[in-house]
Amino acid sequence: MTSTIILSVLALSILGIILGLAIGLISKLFGVATDPKVDLVLELLPGANCGGCGKAGCADFARALVSGEASPGQCPVSSQEVMAQIAQVLGMALEAPDKKIAVVLCGGDIQQTKVKTLYNGVNDCISAMLVAGGPKSCAYGCLGMASCARACPFNAIEIINGLAVVHNELCVGCGVCVKTCPRNLIKLVPAEAKVHIYCSSPEKAALKMKVCNVPCIACRKCVKSGEEGQFTINGFRVEVNYDNYPGEDIVSKAGCPKNCLLTAAQHFEIERNEEAGEVVA
Amino acid sequence: MNEQAINKDLKIVSFKGGVHPQKDGKILSKKASIQTAPLLERYQVIVSQNIGAPPKVVVSAGDEVKKGQLLAEAAGFVSVPLHSPTSGKVEGLVDIPGPMGVMTQAISILADGKDEWTELSVSIDWRNSDADTLKKRIMECGIVGMGGAAFPSHVKLSPPPDKKVDYMIINGAECEPYLTADHRVMLEEPEKVLEGAAILGRAAGVKNVVVAVEINKVDAINAMMEKAAQFNVGIVGMKVQYPQGAEKQLIYAVTRRKVPTGALPADVGCIVQNAGTAAAVAEAVNAGIPLIERVTTITGEPVVNPGNWRLRLGTPISEALKLCGGVKCEPGKLILGGPMMGFAQRSTGVSVMKNTSGILLLDKSDVTQYESSPCIRCGRCLEACPMNLQPSALSQLAEAGQYENALKYNVMDCIECGACAFACPAHRPLVQHIRRLKAEIRNRTKKEIKK
Repeated sequence: MTSTIILSVLALSILGIILGLAIGLISKLFGVATDPKVDLVLELLPGANCGGCGKAGCADFARALVSGEASPGQCPVSSQEVMAQIAQVLGMALEAPDKKIAVVLCGGDIQQTKVKTLYNGVNDCISAMLVAGGPKSCAYGCLGMASCARACPFNAIEIINGLAVVHNELCVGCGVCVKTCPRNLIKLVPAEAKVHIYCSSPEKAALKMKVCNVPCIACRKCVKSGEEGQFTINGFRVEVNYDNYPGEDIVSKAGCPKNCLLTAAQHFEIERNEEAGEVVA
Repeated sequence: MNEQAINKDLKIVSFKGGVHPQKDGKILSKKASIQTAPLLERYQVIVSQNIGAPPKVVVSAGDEVKKGQLLAEAAGFVSVPLHSPTSGKVEGLVDIPGPMGVMTQAISILADGKDEWTELSVSIDWRNSDADTLKKRIMECGIVGMGGAAFPSHVKLSPPPDKKVDYMIINGAECEPYLTADHRVMLEEPEKVLEGAAILGRAAGVKNVVVAVEINKVDAINAMMEKAAQFNVGIVGMKVQYPQGAEKQLIYAVTRRKVPTGALPADVGCIVQNAGTAAAVAEAVNAGIPLIERVTTITGEPVVNPGNWRLRLGTPISEALKLCGGVKCEPGKLILGGPMMGFAQRSTGVSVMKNTSGILLLDKSDVTQYESSPCIRCGRCLEACPMNLQPSALSQLAEAGQYENALKYNVMDCIECGACAFACPAHRPLVQHIRRLKAEIRNRTKKEIKK
């Protein structure tokens, strides 16, 4: 009895050792040489495979980094420290990257923008656009069907009150959402720019005011209270010049009559409050 | 009226695929004779009523117009003029809700109650006139495809010279559930339809002219068969199956020719015109009457007296519904056209256009919103698809956003008939997904061209 057990254990162990040696030998003989740096870099990368760097996932980006085709700054997700570590592994100097985040330039939630019709089709922004341009009266505003939110690999976009709002602390600026918006409302802006004009409609002010409570009516109060070059006037709306953006104090200085010039934090808070039922005038 | 028997000589054809709703709703209005709507106080004639370039408005506020007078002239080859539905004063251009859900421009006409005709063009002896005269008259009278697409008829009649056309098919299928307008026109005015068919045949230089009708309209088929010989027009019966009246399916059913991807009916030697259009052509050629009114089915369960009405262009839907005694209960949806391919409306301020084949109110119970569930791979959409596509696969590609792959599955061949979504037991929004794919692919191509 005992001999049977010992015998089988021995036999299997010997078999295991022989096979193990064989595998080891073969992997040595036929192994494909890879740069050990690739694995090191891949370990450091976030592994989200968001594609924000323009490569097909983190592994592809790691290969590009090691072969010198890319620089660590191209990864929109990694923090400064991680980038420094990657640069160290690669033995190169780290260029200072400018971190970007996404912002949805529309303030027209369901309380502020009139809803013209009931839409009960496929819950998707492109599909909604096909049916009479979507349920909201503004032909340029956020449709609120969450196409961007579903596309975001970091869950950084939330639909509050039928309006897409970006969580700045979660957004890494990969830009995946930008392409999904059929209304082209999402912009990648420098993370340091805190003030935005939450309106993208090129319509005349009178038309905008008919359909929305918070449109940019191009009154230029912000332009006048800011420094030169901080804003650009584009037809019937004002845009923040993100190459020379104003500081947070501009909001109180300008006193936007339509409440569309806001800091990202203020905008977020307004939407949260409205959702809770406290309509902010 | 008893159901008549199908004539034994009738050839019955069909295409492969399609669906047939058990409850097709035609019973509501198919026995109601065409009634002429009384004159209204005001008409709001939408300017852009045809595919192609919208016509150029030639009247201004304050102008006195007569019935049938030119309101807007054709702006280019693929465009037709627009005429006044009655005599009265032009109030000016107004913005009214359009059929696609966005505001659209309309000419508002205050009727003077006299309903006086303008001087009409003289009658043409079509049997002895050449094709160009006929085409010119058809264009001048503002005739477009009245089945739904509103494609200018004279354009269809002028295929490129290198394409030999040998078949003129008059589409009397009316395969959309609920609609009975063409049915009534073919039954009550068979001579007009047949004469129009013969005129269209002559205008296109075609000998083979056939009127193709679904065999649920036996009375109309029999009425036309009695008179078909004198106009040298053939009658073909078709199986009751949606979308029998879709251009490519109709051509296949009648001639067994397949229109290749991206090609036009003229590429396989066919021209298709709607039955209502044929009747309008007969009036235009014989009496010079422009297209200012059309037969429209006003129907649906909530309508008190569903019926078929001769409505003038610019009649607001709200007025049209009043003709039928209003509604019994709160409807769930208002649709212009049929339930399968018509357009849901958000306002009754839309007015009747050249292609308004039906005004349909659906009961709340018929517009239930289903929760869609994952594909169960039963293949019913593949059986239903008249274009032999794979709606199930396309829908999944749409959800995954794989546009290039969808092109490999010939997504652009989809005619958006909706048979797949109708057949799907998982209630997947198949045709909606395909529409999204097509829209996105078109957008991308546009962007690439811009680059």
